[in-house]
Order: sequence, then structure tokens, then C-alpha cells
Amino acid sequence: MTRLLASQKFRRLAFQSGFIVCVGLVVLSAILVGHRNIAAQGIATGFSFLERTTGWPVNFAVIPVTAGSTYAWVLWAGLLNTMLVGFLTLLLATLLGLVLALFRVSSNTLMKLVGTTYVEVFRNVPVILQVFFWYALLTHLPSPREAIRLGVVVLSNRGLMFPSATLSGADLLILLAAVLMTGFALWIPARRTGAMLRWSLAGVLLATFFAALLLSFREIGEPLWSVPELKGLRFVGGITLKPEFAALLIGLVLFGAAYICEIIRGGLLSVDRGKLEAGTALGLTGFQVNRLIRIPLAIRAMLPSLTNQYVWLMKATTVGIAIGYPDYFAIVSTSINQTGQTLELLALLMAGFILINYSISFAMNRINDHIKIKGRS
Amino acid sequence: MAETMPDTLIGAMAPPVIRSGPAAWLRKHFFATWYDAVFSVLFAVLIVWVLQALLQWTVIDAIWRVENRDLCTREAGACWAVIESRGRLILFGLYPFDEQWRSTLACLAIIVTIALSCLPAFWSFKRLPALWIAGFGIFVLLMRGGFAGLPLVTSEQWGGLSLTLFIFSGVVVIGMPLAVLFALARRSSLPVIAKSFGFFIDIVRSLPLLALLFAAAVVVPLLLPDALAGNKLMRVVVAFAIFFAAYQAEIIRAGLQSIPNGQGEAAVALGMPYWSRVIDILLPQAFRNTLPSTINQAVITFKETSIVTIIGFFEVMASGNAAIGNGEWGNQYVEVYVFLALIYFVFVFGLSRYGAWLEQRMRLGHD
Repeated sequence: MTRLLASQKFRRLAFQSGFIVCVGLVVLSAILVGHRNIAAQGIATGFSFLERTTGWPVNFAVIPVTAGSTYAWVLWAGLLNTMLVGFLTLLLATLLGLVLALFRVSSNTLMKLVGTTYVEVFRNVPVILQVFFWYALLTHLPSPREAIRLGVVVLSNRGLMFPSATLSGADLLILLAAVLMTGFALWIPARRTGAMLRWSLAGVLLATFFAALLLSFREIGEPLWSVPELKGLRFVGGITLKPEFAALLIGLVLFGAAYICEIIRGGLLSVDRGKLEAGTALGLTGFQVNRLIRIPLAIRAMLPSLTNQYVWLMKATTVGIAIGYPDYFAIVSTSINQTGQTLELLALLMAGFILINYSISFAMNRINDHIKIKGRS
Repeated sequence: MAETMPDTLIGAMAPPVIRSGPAAWLRKHFFATWYDAVFSVLFAVLIVWVLQALLQWTVIDAIWRVENRDLCTREAGACWAVIESRGRLILFGLYPFDEQWRSTLACLAIIVTIALSCLPAFWSFKRLPALWIAGFGIFVLLMRGGFAGLPLVTSEQWGGLSLTLFIFSGVVVIGMPLAVLFALARRSSLPVIAKSFGFFIDIVRSLPLLALLFAAAVVVPLLLPDALAGNKLMRVVVAFAIFFAAYQAEIIRAGLQSIPNGQGEAAVALGMPYWSRVIDILLPQAFRNTLPSTINQAVITFKETSIVTIIGFFEVMASGNAAIGNGEWGNQYVEVYVFLALIYFVFVFGLSRYGAWLEQRMRLGHD
């Protein structure tokens, strides 16, 4: 017996089995207690509630949602809302972050000052405070009758209104085809066609499809743009960004851009100066040094942090609930209040976010694998 | 080698002209190229315009005293009278008016704790935990009272900045030991332990903080016997601490990985037991190597305490919203949000500057 206890192999085995038993007991007792408490409240378990109609309205959705929609449909609408605001945030924050990073690495002192001030102001204030601020600002705008007009953009307390292209389903399909074809053209290996040919091919394809889009698929005289116009007490036409959506998007983009700026700047600064000087010594121009040496190396350095930041921003969309934007979390929490199906809905909540975040990590890791310097680790 | 040499040598280039003096400095930093010049002029105009407008709004046209609040209109500057009128609500929440000096002292205790833990003299495995437990203890005793003639104030009445600081320090005090535990467990040589903690950490990291806090506030009481459930604030602080620990554990793990293997092996060769090896050899180095990331994590945590406002706690963000929530000061939202932003900015900017300075100093030590 003592020999058995002294054997390290046995002790390791015993410790790990003990751990499994403890975790199992905790989970089991939680399930038992939970079952008893839920039964005491008279709530049915299981996912059958997903088939029921909700009976409450949702104030913003990209798919048609009414009070008669089922829980499954409304939850799907919430997930789409999260993805809409999330992916738009990633796109816009990356663009703004890139511009700010270029400001910060420029040799111009004033541009540096503007970039640095922006980053320090927007990074050091909680994102929820910024979202509250923009929401208050947007809802305190004048009513539609006294709306502020900045050119074709209209600002009122009903939201931000922009002119929109009048696109039919067929137009959208063509646009999708154009983007896919352009992507395919760019994807053809450079050494077979030559870079110039590849780019011009892409340009020609894109132009052809845009022309086809604009000319052949619409009635003669039908306007290309729909502009918001005041009719009675409200605006019609154009595209309206509701205050909830606009405030959340603005807040997240301005906050995210400050972080992304720092990641991009770090990436650009991480490129060894010797490599840039070597490029100059080989007779490359400043633009070529940036395009061929600096940016490819910088992207490799910044991708892992950028992935983390993207996942973080995706999760940060949950603050939308504070101003009434019906994102996935908001829909789940309202559903919990209405049905009491707490555990099932929390499982769906976790599944939704794990799905989105793992897709981002997966896509970014694929990009990383594709561009990383081959032959090293 | 010889055949690669050119027949004739390329003529030597002239040495670069070194310019100095104010004109050269101006040219280098503002007018290096024609587009630099355009940008410089544009940005100069922009900066002057923004600064002028800011000064006008915050100081020159501002209304400072509550007596003059009738002058607060859309056209006037900042109406700082709202801060005079609602400042106490924002800073102390619903804490009893006569006892607010205790809330102030408690906040100071936490601020002093944060400041002291920035001093290298406190960076030891005995002093740092002792400092934080003492600071946190003083805070809770002062806020709660119920002894030596101080009236009892339960945590439901805590609010404002002191609740923010309570959540922050509670998360750090509970989360830091948890983070060490998670990091060690994930690096354990026992496969079951390492795998299950790895899985747990990854799941927590992929969830939004808000979802975790919401689950702690709403779901945990369903799963725990009533005796264990505790009050809502405690549950939320513990859930927040687990979230913090999952992130901090990965930082500590990176720090542990950066230590050369020889260090641990030398300790084994000397016959040091596991815990002594970890506490005296590995963890001090791991923490030292990852100080900047740790401070960054603390900064993020401080900002994220504002999230608890959504699940119904009256911390400084929520009390700020309450200050403008009723009709009386409803139009002064910009002033109140600017005031809140300044409060967060002081803490967050101070800590992150300190982190940057530390990083600089450590880099100097290494080179």
C-alpha cells in the first residue's frame, strides 16, 4: 500500500480522477438544484419555446420581424443585427485606424499631434460612455421639420438619413457577381499573367459589371438615387440609420479605431530599418519600399493582435442593449424575461458568440497561414 | 569574387548636407514635401479652430454657478452648474449624505493602494498581496461601517465612484490569485487538469463580459442553494474576477513561457519543492516580464467596470445617467458625460502612462 502511494504514477492518476469526480459532482448538483428551482417556478425545460410566437416588437431588424414571429426567427434577427453592426464596425474602424496610423508615423509634427491626441482621448474613455454620449447627441437633434441638412445628408432626432442607390434584387446579384469576378481575377497567380495585366483585367471586369448594372437592369427614367424628403411629419426615401444603430456604430468605430491605429502603427514600426534601407539601396522608390517591403512585413506582425481586437470589438457590440439596440444579447435577455427559459437561452447566447468569434479567428488564421514567411516555424 | 567586381568604380556621392537651425527644423517637420506643406497648413487651421471653440465653450462662455442656471441655453457655453448641483450624486450615488466623507476616505484608500503598488519597493510576493488586502479591507470597513459609532450602510446603497473603485479592486484582489492558479493549472503536467483549464479559459475568453455578468446576476441563484448564492454584487464581482483571471492567466502563462527552462531545472536540481519553485523562482520572473501587459489588463478592467451599469448597479456611469435622467438637467448631457469621461481619463491615462514608462525602463535594462 505504501509503495502504491509513493508511486508518482498512482498519485497523478488519483489526483486527476479526484479532479474529474469533483467537477462532475459540482455540475451534477448544479443541475439538480437548477432543476428543482425551475420546476418550483413552473417553467418547462427544453427548446420547444423556439416555435412559439414572441408577442413583442423589435425596433430594428434586417429581416421582417413582427410580434407574431417565432422566438427562433427573432433570435436569428438578433444574431443578424449583431453581425451587421459588428462587421460594419470592423470595416470602418480598420479604415479609420489605418488613416490615423499613417498620421502617427508621418514625419509631419502636426499630423502626429492630431493622431496622438485622437488615440489618447478615445482609447481612455469607456466605450459604453461614448455610446451613451452619441446616443444622447443623436436623440437631442431637432425634429424632422427643423432637421439639419448637410448637403444631401439629413440629421434629425429620428436618425441619420442618407441618399441610397435604388437597387433591386437583380442589381444586387450582379454586384455580387462583379465582386466575385474581381476577386477571382486578383487571385490568378501573378507570375502567369503579370501584375499589370491582372490589375487591369480586374478593373475592366469591375467597370463592365457596373455599367451593366446601371444601364441594362432599370427602367428608362428611373432615378439611380433615392433622396430623403420631408413629407408631412417624417422623411421618406433614402436610407435611415436609426439613432440606436448610428450611436452604437459611431461609438464602436471611434473607440475601435484608436486601438486598431495603435496595432497598425506597432506593425509599421516593427519592420527592421535595415530592410527598408536595403530596399532603398537596391534602387526602389519610397512608394515601392512601402508597398513591397514595409506593408507586407507589417501585416505579418500585426495580424495576431488585430484578430484579438476584432474578437474584442465583436463582443463589445453587446453594449448596444444600454441604448436599446436589439442585438443578439438584447434579444436573448428579453426572451429570458418573457419565457424564463434561462439556461436554454444562455446556451444559445454562448453558442452564437462562440460561432462568430471562432469564425473570425479561423478566417484570420487562414490569412495568417497564407501570408506568413514560408520555411520559418 | 573578382569577376563580380565592376571594371570601373562608381564615383563617390557627395556627403549629405547637414542642415540645422530653426529654418531646417521647420522644413523637416512641417514642409518636407509639397503635400506636407498642404497638410500642415490644413491641420494648423483645424487645430486652432478646435482649440478656440473648445476654450470658448468650456471656459469663456461657460456658466459655473447654480444661481445663474437660467442663463444655460443652447447658445451659451458649457453649463457647469449641473456639476455643482449633481456632483455629489455622480460621485457618491445614493450613499447617505451625512456619511459621504466615509465614501471619500474609502476612495482615497483605494487610490493610495493603486499608487503604492506602482512603487518597485512593494513588488514582492508578501508585500503586494498584503497591501491590496489592507487597502480593500479599509475600503470595505469604511463603506460598510456598523462599528465604533459609524452607522451601517449596506452595499445596496453604495454608488458612484466608490462603487466603481470597489468593483475594480474587488476584481483585482480576487482575480489575481485565480489568474495565477489558472495559469499554473494550464501548464500542469497532468493532462486532465491542463486540458480542462485550457478549455475553461478559452470559453470564458470567447464570451462577452456582459453575458457572463448577466449570467452571474440572474442564473447563478437558480443553480446554487440559497445559502451559497450570496448577494448580487458579490456574485457579479466574482464573475468579473473570473473573466479578468482568464485574460490575466494567459498573460502570466506567456510570462512563464518566456523564462528559460534552465531556471526551473536548476530549482529541481537543488531539490526545491513545487510550490517553492513556483513562488520563489518562476512567478517573480513571469510577473516582471509581463508587467506592461498586466497594467494594460488592469486599465481595460477599469474601463469595463462601466458595463455593470447595464445590469442595474449604480456605479459612476449609472449615477451620471441618473444626474441627467430627470427633466431638470436633461439638456446638460454633454457636460455630465464630459465630467464622467474626465474621471475615467484621469485613472486610465495615469495608469497607461505609468505602464509605458515602465516598459521603457525595462527595455533600457535589457539592452
